Amino acid sequence: MSDNKIVQITGKAIVIPGDDIDTDRIIPARFLKEITFVNLGKYPFFDERFDVDLKEKSHPFNDPNCRDAKILLVNKNFGCGSSREHAPQSLKRWGIDAIVGESFAEIFASNCITLGIPAVTVSSESIRAFQAETLEDVNLVWTVNLENSTVSSAKASAELHMPEHHKNTLRKGLWDSTSLLLENVDQVRRLYDQLPYTNHYGS
Amino acid sequence: MAVGTLYNKIWDKHTVCELQTGQHQLFIGLHLIHEVTSPQACDMLRERGLPVLFPDRTVATVDHIIPTTDQSRPYHDAQAEAMAQALHDNTSEFKIRYFGVGSAEQGIVHVMGPEQGMVHPGMTVACGDSHTSTHGAFGTLAFGIGTTQVGDVLATQCLSMDPLKVRKVQIDGNLQTGVFAKDVILHVIRKLGVKGGIGYAYEYCGSTIKTMTMEERMTVCNMSIEGGARIGYINPDSITYAYLEGRPYAPSGEAWERAVQYWETIKSDQEARYDDEIQIYAEQIAPHITWGINPGQSVGIDESLPDPTLLPDGERQTAEHAYRHMNLKPGQSMNGVKIDVVFIGSCTNSRIEDLRAAATVAKGQKVPGHVRAIVVPGSRQVATQSESEGLHEVFIDAGFEWREPGCSMCLAMNPDRLEGSEISASTSNRNFIGRQGSPNGRTLLMSPQMAAAAAVNGQVTDVRTLAH
Ligand code: SF4
Repeated sequence: MSDNKIVQITGKAIVIPGDDIDTDRIIPARFLKEITFVNLGKYPFFDERFDVDLKEKSHPFNDPNCRDAKILLVNKNFGCGSSREHAPQSLKRWGIDAIVGESFAEIFASNCITLGIPAVTVSSESIRAFQAETLEDVNLVWTVNLENSTVSSAKASAELHMPEHHKNTLRKGLWDSTSLLLENVDQVRRLYDQLPYTNHYGS
Repeated sequence: MAVGTLYNKIWDKHTVCELQTGQHQLFIGLHLIHEVTSPQACDMLRERGLPVLFPDRTVATVDHIIPTTDQSRPYHDAQAEAMAQALHDNTSEFKIRYFGVGSAEQGIVHVMGPEQGMVHPGMTVACGDSHTSTHGAFGTLAFGIGTTQVGDVLATQCLSMDPLKVRKVQIDGNLQTGVFAKDVILHVIRKLGVKGGIGYAYEYCGSTIKTMTMEERMTVCNMSIEGGARIGYINPDSITYAYLEGRPYAPSGEAWERAVQYWETIKSDQEARYDDEIQIYAEQIAPHITWGINPGQSVGIDESLPDPTLLPDGERQTAEHAYRHMNLKPGQSMNGVKIDVVFIGSCTNSRIEDLRAAATVAKGQKVPGHVRAIVVPGSRQVATQSESEGLHEVFIDAGFEWREPGCSMCLAMNPDRLEGSEISASTSNRNFIGRQGSPNGRTLLMSPQMAAAAAVNGQVTDVRTLAH
């Protein structure tokens, strides 16, 4: 799994301002009916990007200058709401490789790790400054570096935070949870045999 | 760090090992799956050539996408049909028990599991749906998970998890007439905030919780996630055991006695330590109703709506956004707000007691012509029970539509949805923008009785003012 290592992401950024952006706004529930994740990259923020007649509205995800952005700049409690992985999946498949914000909803943040997307926090002042600088110059290139724990551009830099083990998980390429958990299947079988409810409560 | 709580005890018993990532490998005792978040996970197993490790610990049902009018296959919606078929095929390929449409057990996953007696105190439960917290009502640790994690549980019966802190949410006293479990949890979320629970498990306790039925406790635990808490739970007691005894998948005979003895040992100790404790007084809770775009934006029905300029920074922006979206004004009362649609259903409030409570209000009344009102029982079993008690006739006579079981307008993945900027009185759990199927739709969350009162009056009504 060594080629899974995620240490540094460099690219243009895209700003989605506002607190409490919930998963239904990231991907409206009606797009969850697809039985594979393949097409989800078309739908992030769909209802904010298109009106009911599917006419494009002004939105950063519709802005051609932002099309190659890799880093999302957000505010507080981003990704609150549903546990569905479709939200980070749709962002990833659109092209987002890292998210920088003030805080994240917990399930959203752990779903991001599962997909190998660093969801990192910086201080409120920093994120506001980053957002302002990006809005001023969409071509500004940002780097999220998990080794030295910074988010930086030519204009600014800040210390990033994320739970240490999340950081290690990404840096060491251990975010593929299925492979990790599978290593201990023998212990899992032993525990299964010991639990009261798998044994009719100890008959 | 909490010590001696039910959370600690169950967590420790289910920890397989500590992973290199620092997370814990946690065994999952019961895995519930449904059609929306399982097909991709099953694909992942096939891609990697993995079997399901313990097929007997996973149970499937279909709920999110099914129509609630005509449930015969194929469904008109090709994607819904594909999902239902994928679930059918996957469960037969991987030998997973499946309660499909037409079976006596089918229902919303969080209604079905408990009513079948599958959820036992002391278990860990997981499901690819955030309202899995519902099952904490039985004294379990019940986690809503993402699709990749659904794959993890299928392949390994485990999750890799970070430990949580535990907050004791103590609620004491008697609820006023017309105040229900739904009002209690809306009040808790309003008090602690939609982000207040991040990093926590909520242990609900106190005399108010102690006297609640299991169905009421499920309503409370169900919405823990709306307060940011990953899980919520209630220590098991005689009410829990009385609910479980005799259900199809509950232990029986001698095993029942042993089970109860065991369940008594997993409760939080008297002297347990918590990371945080808060106290709430039941007498102070009025019937609640949301006015905004997250479940924390609620008021007691006799309060006026808050002035956003008095709110802290982040909340102010959300409140202003909410006022614009909802077309409501600071200072106004929710009482008397005209409504277009009423939805009585969802895993929060679609159980038999919810429908009985709503029927008491609907009985002998008439829903005005401009209101579309639907009642969607949470499971086939709830539907059958309601019909044997004649509740369906009460609703139909009052002008409600009586539907087949499913998630329905809770998230509008089936044909039941709001149109345009319609406003609904809904017993579900989320009032997020777009949640009920229309990007401009508006949702007011409330208890089943308040929703029934709104239906028969055509406007938001304080249920305490209705004589019945
Ligand atoms: S009723 Fe609503 S919240 Fe509950 S499982 Fe269905 S969609 Fe999810």
